[in-house]
Amino acid sequence: MEALKQELKERIIKILNLEDITPGDINDDDALFGDGLGLDSIDALELIVMLDKDYGIKLSDPAEGKAIFHSVSTIAAYISEHRTK
Amino acid sequence: MDFKSTYITHTNCITPLGFDVESNLTSIAAGISGIERHEDSRLMASSFYAGAIQDDAIERAFAAISADKNYTRLEKMMILALYPVVKDSGVVFTKKTGLLIATTKGNISALTGITPPDSAYLAQLAQNVGDFFNFIAQPVVVSNACVSGILAVSVAKRLIQSGMYSEVFVVSGDELSEFVLSGFNVFQAMSDAPCRPYSANRSGVSLGEAAAAALVTTDAKAAKAKITGDASVNDANHISGPSRTGEGLVRSLVNAMNEAGVGPNEIDYISAHGTATPFNDEMEAVAFSRTGLTDVPVNSFKGYYGHTLGASGLLETVIGIECMLHNKLFKSLGYDSHGVSEPINVISENRECTINRFIKTASGFGGCNTAVVFEKIHHGDR
Amino acid sequence: METGKYYISAYCSIAANRITVNGELVFDAAGLPFPDFAKQAYQHTGMAYPKFFKMDNLSKLAFLAAGVLLEDKIEQGAENNVALLFANKSSSLDTDLRYNEMIADRENYFPSPAVFVYTLPNICLGEISIRYKLFTENTFFIFADFNPEFFAGYAANLLDTKKADEVLCGWIELCGDQYRAFVYRVSPGGGIEHNVENIKTLYNK
Repeated sequence: MEALKQELKERIIKILNLEDITPGDINDDDALFGDGLGLDSIDALELIVMLDKDYGIKLSDPAEGKAIFHSVSTIAAYISEHRTK
Repeated sequence: MDFKSTYITHTNCITPLGFDVESNLTSIAAGISGIERHEDSRLMASSFYAGAIQDDAIERAFAAISADKNYTRLEKMMILALYPVVKDSGVVFTKKTGLLIATTKGNISALTGITPPDSAYLAQLAQNVGDFFNFIAQPVVVSNACVSGILAVSVAKRLIQSGMYSEVFVVSGDELSEFVLSGFNVFQAMSDAPCRPYSANRSGVSLGEAAAAALVTTDAKAAKAKITGDASVNDANHISGPSRTGEGLVRSLVNAMNEAGVGPNEIDYISAHGTATPFNDEMEAVAFSRTGLTDVPVNSFKGYYGHTLGASGLLETVIGIECMLHNKLFKSLGYDSHGVSEPINVISENRECTINRFIKTASGFGGCNTAVVFEKIHHGDR
Repeated sequence: METGKYYISAYCSIAANRITVNGELVFDAAGLPFPDFAKQAYQHTGMAYPKFFKMDNLSKLAFLAAGVLLEDKIEQGAENNVALLFANKSSSLDTDLRYNEMIADRENYFPSPAVFVYTLPNICLGEISIRYKLFTENTFFIFADFNPEFFAGYAANLLDTKKADEVLCGWIELCGDQYRAFVYRVSPGGGIEHNVENIKTLYNK
């Protein structure tokens, strides 16, 4: 799970163009949206694409995204359980 | 400084509901929608709901006015929309006769590989359309997301009032394309059923395609409507999500009404944007409420046409003007149960209603909003 | 036609990796591809605005050019009625091409919403409005070439009708490795007289 979390941090930084941030800046349980990293609605959509492209998970209901993308830990847990890639 | 009054005198539209205004009104009055289920893997892998115009209908109609085969499908749609407007207006072109084209993506389907063909450039598309009619002046293009069609009316008014042009022919148009369908799809903004503006169970847009045209001029003789106020104010909030407080739309409405010298209680009808996304419709309801327009009958034409992007603002204005002329309100097709937080007055049944003034509103990506006030002309009083 | 008397209070040009303001060079990063030039130019401004890195090339160019004339140069916390009047030749083609590639392969089909949102030329107006809190008139036009006659007439009209107190005019053209930005502020205040000849002169400087 640790390797997956590290991979996720690197991916999130790259995919979301978080130029000034390093994986070390993101704590596993930090809120990614709202006050945390300040991600917005377009970032959430990009993460949905990432789940599909990199982990083979198609979110049937995008509203689920809010809970899944809460933090790196919650994303990692979801991916571990549902990944097909 | 004194500014000349401007009017819309001639209009036309090319849509799945017909290639003239009358046929469109007949279908709308009968509650017929141009939105259908499509299976077209060139446009999208899975089936989708959209308002599409049949290719051969465009070809047949165009062949009736020209043997020239060198126009793209969208150019043909625009030319077909503009053709009767030019002809019926009888305007003799001078270098101060403007041509204003409104489109979001133009000939986007022509994009293949890494080098854009000439037709992918919007000024080239505009020149092609202009050359068909032998306009003397170089055309102007407005490309400002989904407000483009109504923004073009506002721009035309300003161009005339500035003295830069004496009259302006406005044409708006956009086509269904894989490019746009895929984009709205990845934005999770597409409904899997015909769109339901302002409804509790609305789930996104149905896309559409259309072209519309109008002549904006100072010559009031054949005027259908007077353009009395216009404003386009940005939300300054987010590039894709509308402002939760509807800030830009509120300011656009207030500024347009102020210019028109009217208050909200003098507005008889609103032809709104109503795309049926959760956020857009809610934002509009908040904006209408904040500007005292809650009780004004409002509808969206997206249930009849789908969201026709750059065409929508002008297409819906053309229909809105007919509503004003005939004192008719048409139900907001697709509206079932009230699904926005403010009690805005969504039209649920066709009915007669005296309309002296209506407002056309639109909003779009980039935080843009446009509001234009139209007033009925009583040809007796001048 | 009669219009009010207006002036160009400041202007900025960005081309060939050089940024000049009122004719003076303020930044230079020769030989870099645009994205790297843009990053260095952004860092040079000292702005702390991470959203910059989410923008596409067209918006970055527009943002840098507008930023030179607006950052710390308009009143913070006030309502600045600065209208945005922008135009270009290529619309958003640079990003359209990038997005088009993403949907070209049905077997490897992952279109990006962050790219798609920039496939409209007016998004850059949104980016500028957001940064500088401009609840103002804004329109994006397309012309085959920079059209100073149109800009002069339309900007004057916005001021004559009092729909704006000031207009930020911008020609922001970018497609592939070809780009050119020319932005200037027009208002009733002082500066270079606002007319077609002067606009052309400044554009060609």
